[in-house]
Amino acid sequence: MTEPNEKPLLEVAGVTKRFPGVTALRHVNLTLGRGEVLALIGENGAGKSTLMKILAGVQEPDEGSISVDGAEVRLDSVLTAQKHGIALIHQELNLSDNLDVGANIFLGREPLKRGFIDKAKIREDSVDLLKRVGLDVSPDTIVEHLPIGQQQLVEIARALSINARVLIMDEPTSSLSQHETERLFEVVKDLRSRGVSVIYISHRLGEVKELADRVTVFRDGENAGDLKRESISHNRMVQLMVGRDISQFYARKPHEPGAVALEVKGLETPANLGHKLSFSVRASEIVGVSGLVGAGRTEMLHVLFGVDAAVSGTIEIAGKPVQLSSPFDAIQAGIALAPEDRKQQGIVLEMAVRQNIGLPGLKKHQKRFGFLNNLQEGDDTEEMIRRLRIKTPSERQIVQYLSGGNQQKVVLGKWLAMKPKVLLLDEPTRGIDIGAKQEIYLLMEELAEQGVAILFVSSEMEEILGMSDRTLVMHEGRISGELKRDELSEEAIMQLATGNVAEISVT
Amino acid sequence: MKKNIGILCILLFVFLATALGSSSFISAYNLFNLVERSALYGIIGIGVAFVIITGGIDLSIGSLIGLVAITFPFLVITKEMPLAVGLLAIFAISLAAGVSHGLLITKLKLQPFVVTLCGLMIYRGLARWMVADKTMGYGEPQFENLKLLVGKVSQLPGCEGLPGAKQIPVAFLIFVVLGILAAIFLNKTIYGRYLLALGRNEQAARFSGINTTAMIIVAYVICSLISGLGGLMFALDYGSIQPDSFGNFYELYAIAAAVLGGCSLRGGEGSIFGIALGAALMRLLMNSISMLGIDDQLEPTVIGMVILIGVIADEVVKRIAAKRRAVLQARQATAEANSS
Repeated sequence: MTEPNEKPLLEVAGVTKRFPGVTALRHVNLTLGRGEVLALIGENGAGKSTLMKILAGVQEPDEGSISVDGAEVRLDSVLTAQKHGIALIHQELNLSDNLDVGANIFLGREPLKRGFIDKAKIREDSVDLLKRVGLDVSPDTIVEHLPIGQQQLVEIARALSINARVLIMDEPTSSLSQHETERLFEVVKDLRSRGVSVIYISHRLGEVKELADRVTVFRDGENAGDLKRESISHNRMVQLMVGRDISQFYARKPHEPGAVALEVKGLETPANLGHKLSFSVRASEIVGVSGLVGAGRTEMLHVLFGVDAAVSGTIEIAGKPVQLSSPFDAIQAGIALAPEDRKQQGIVLEMAVRQNIGLPGLKKHQKRFGFLNNLQEGDDTEEMIRRLRIKTPSERQIVQYLSGGNQQKVVLGKWLAMKPKVLLLDEPTRGIDIGAKQEIYLLMEELAEQGVAILFVSSEMEEILGMSDRTLVMHEGRISGELKRDELSEEAIMQLATGNVAEISVT
Repeated sequence: MKKNIGILCILLFVFLATALGSSSFISAYNLFNLVERSALYGIIGIGVAFVIITGGIDLSIGSLIGLVAITFPFLVITKEMPLAVGLLAIFAISLAAGVSHGLLITKLKLQPFVVTLCGLMIYRGLARWMVADKTMGYGEPQFENLKLLVGKVSQLPGCEGLPGAKQIPVAFLIFVVLGILAAIFLNKTIYGRYLLALGRNEQAARFSGINTTAMIIVAYVICSLISGLGGLMFALDYGSIQPDSFGNFYELYAIAAAVLGGCSLRGGEGSIFGIALGAALMRLLMNSISMLGIDDQLEPTVIGMVILIGVIADEVVKRIAAKRRAVLQARQATAEANSS
């Protein structure tokens, strides 16, 4: 903890960062004491990642100052940040998985002996560092052979090898099992006791409560509030993050589910052989799919959309079995998918809004000899821009230059123009600012009301809790449980998501 | 159109400079040849554009041209088969090449560079082996009618009296028709849109319900078929075919024409008008070099330099545009922030 008359280890004062079209951070402040675990929370797009990139020296702020040990510093490169003892551990790990553990820890800073890499020294020092993070593997192990949780510990070891005093961890548990998560917590607590400070970014409020000495909340690129250890509570955190009463933010009206629109029986996906998935979604129903990263959720949606072929099992749309061997088949059957990887799979970034919205319907609306139906495309585009309030200077604007929220609206627009019966959404609000997010929630609501069956995958707990009529939880490729609206809670989901099926009956 | 202004300027500049530097440059004979050869390069440029738009490449064009140019007289003269059989063989060979390139690239996910590089070697070897490296000629009377393809428009039946028909090569006519068809296909049909979309982002195109595999195969087939046609026309025009060298580097000229004309090798971009300009510029440069008395040996160097300058200029213009856009957006954002 910070001594009363001591300068904090790290102090961020009045930092502003603008990007073309958006101000990511507006005069934000943050302090971090020695040996303190500070949780930084906020919705997607609240500016957490931007601040972390600034602290790690990846980007420079437009305004404001950063001080380490009371002295103002300029973090103009990752190297400078590291010299000041700041290390960032990315959500997607930054390891060269074809190299061994030791080589990764010392990557770019290899000790030399007569001009050659001194492998003996690497091995020796690595053993020591690995011990500090409680990882019992040989430094000669190739990284790709380690489970993801251990790879993360290797990253932490690397951070320690540069004598990091500030460790920034961005969503460290998003792909960890329960056991690995507990292990990570022990390591973090151990580091704290040795005086290392940690900035811990997470969406899992349960974790934050367990680990954090203090919580700083960002909202829309600004400070929304701070919570001391004793006042950290789930409700307080959510309130600060969302900035309004949660029941208003997720404008849920109960709706009457109709006939079964999507019925999945014994579906086996190529990614998770041996696990059979069975569930159904009714018309006018919003079903959430929760689970850890890597639980097989995206893979399941890909099979439902015909991107990957099912190994076994049946899919029925409105009671009729369908064969989905390509997205085209799925679209014909009335299924649409807004994929997780929006920029790679959802839209063609270099094409105009209009061309993107028209893309799935080209064949359906084609004129004789395959000529384009420009009239239809124009009408659809105009309707979607108006209905979804897509902020774009014109229908000819290249999608690349739109904000994340508007890009996602283009994705939704292209599918709504196809009038789907079943809408699959994969992380529909990732990387989107809070305003656009709420608009997307309202749209989901509106579509459900019109009879569309919605199946949405989300890693954001609040979104699952707020939006779903029913929630499926996946764990390691199978559906570990199903929660009705009145059974929904973060704890119940986490139990199922980490594979503790037995305890669910108790909670 | 706007994109091609730079290359149009270079074209005009080189044209004027050569015209001033050499009196025989603007002779009817030279200009006729220049337009005809430009059209031939333009034709194969259109073919390769389809492949480049998908983000692929076809290195086998020159060898395929060599193969059809050898096979045709080999069947018709040496083997004394009917002309129709020879023409059918050209079609079959080109189709087979295109389909196999497309299948290997889409189904086996091999890289287009590797597949067509192998094609380059395979077709060349076959051409040489078939005739044991003997030069083949197109002097026989059987080919007389086909030679109309590389003659003057005035030689076509019923076209004697048309104004300017004597000055216009038939090849140019074919090129224009092919160009218009290709432009319509790319810009006005859903299939053209498919190609442009998948060239930018194949995954997103597939996720939008487009059968990207079929479209990529179609692109390679179109490329090979047009190469086959180009091969026949080149052969008729040159008249004498060396199996070991005929068509060498034509793929590179075609690719260069496409790139000069605004195709991005990353895929998704291309204009037929630009390719025509690119092909014309390349032929013009070759012609100018000999007209202006520059050492022949320097020809590839000059062409290489001009392409490089063109590409650099294009990139610089793009960056300036991107920067301007960023500044504009930042200003808009601040204005919005201030007003709210």
